[in-house]
Amino acid sequence: MKQLDISIAFFRSGILGYGGGPSSIPLVHKEVVERFKWMNDDEFADVLALGNTLPGPINTKMAGYIGYRVGGYLGMINAILSSILPTILLMIILLTSLSSVKDLPWVAGMTKAVVPVVGVMMATLTWDFFKKSYQTLGKIKAGLVVIGSLLLLQVLGIHPGILIAAILIFALVKKDKAPKAAEKNVERGVG
Amino acid sequence: MMLYWHIFLAFFIPGIVGYGGGPSSIPLVENEVVGHYGWMTVQEFSEVLALGNALPGPIATKMAGYIGYEVGGVIGSVIGVFATVAPSLILMIVLLGILYKYKESPRVKRMTTYIRPTIAVLLGVMTFNFFFTSYHNSGVLQTVFLIAASLLLLEKFKVHPAYVIVGSLAYGALFL
Repeated sequence: MKQLDISIAFFRSGILGYGGGPSSIPLVHKEVVERFKWMNDDEFADVLALGNTLPGPINTKMAGYIGYRVGGYLGMINAILSSILPTILLMIILLTSLSSVKDLPWVAGMTKAVVPVVGVMMATLTWDFFKKSYQTLGKIKAGLVVIGSLLLLQVLGIHPGILIAAILIFALVKKDKAPKAAEKNVERGVG
Repeated sequence: MMLYWHIFLAFFIPGIVGYGGGPSSIPLVENEVVGHYGWMTVQEFSEVLALGNALPGPIATKMAGYIGYEVGGVIGSVIGVFATVAPSLILMIVLLGILYKYKESPRVKRMTTYIRPTIAVLLGVMTFNFFFTSYHNSGVLQTVFLIAASLLLLEKFKVHPAYVIVGSLAYGALFL
């Protein structure tokens, strides 16, 4: 049953994700967090963060990892195949039979109409992340990180993978607050 | 044998060098397939890419699967997809495995908290790009209509995204 659920979740998010891997992120979120509840929002954010830091296609990294978490190695293979196989087969069939499908006006229309819809889903997910950031970090800190990231990514053109890696390393090596306060007390005591 | 090794390399390198998800690795794939191995002309490659973009699903694996099939049959197709997917996936499973081992550590918890606003910004930028592409392709009126309609259906009436997407595909086939 679990393997069937994995197939359904990643088949749906793969076949509906128009415009390359990133467009299926909100769909994967919908299936994994909201429908099947395999992960909570925090875990999903971690997977997305690390997925963005590592090279390679994002969709298969997420499908493979989540499939592995839910159903072991079989789940991993299942999730990847469910998300990519249908469209690869479609592509081979279409390209070997007729090569002018993309020129059909209704196919082009379909592709166009789905873009803003995916945009709305992406916007909803973005809003969730902002809200959660504000709840956990507080208004000022969250605001500073948002503005800083926006500047670094969009104005200075720093690669997201590098920025994410830098923040993760900073969080990991930064000294804890409690020992820091203790150190200060010791210094004061000596002075 | 040599051919299969070449297929592996042609998709392994873009997969491991291409940061930022599938679409960013496309120029690297082109470099290997057209420039290095000469399996396709630029014209053929751009036709495959155009159809790939018209079909749903992740683009990098579609390209790997189809080009692998063209060059080396079914086995070539499997190798192409494997080379695209496996290396970064293995890295991901190992790293996240380590992360979850130390899940209770305050430092690891802090990673999750600190990274969230940046991910929000990244998703926000993607959102903007989707809206901008739509404005570019379909104009202001259609874009605003589709945004308003899908927002209403998804958030107010809680319709499953699958139906909303299928609905928008039908709308696009008929009216765009």
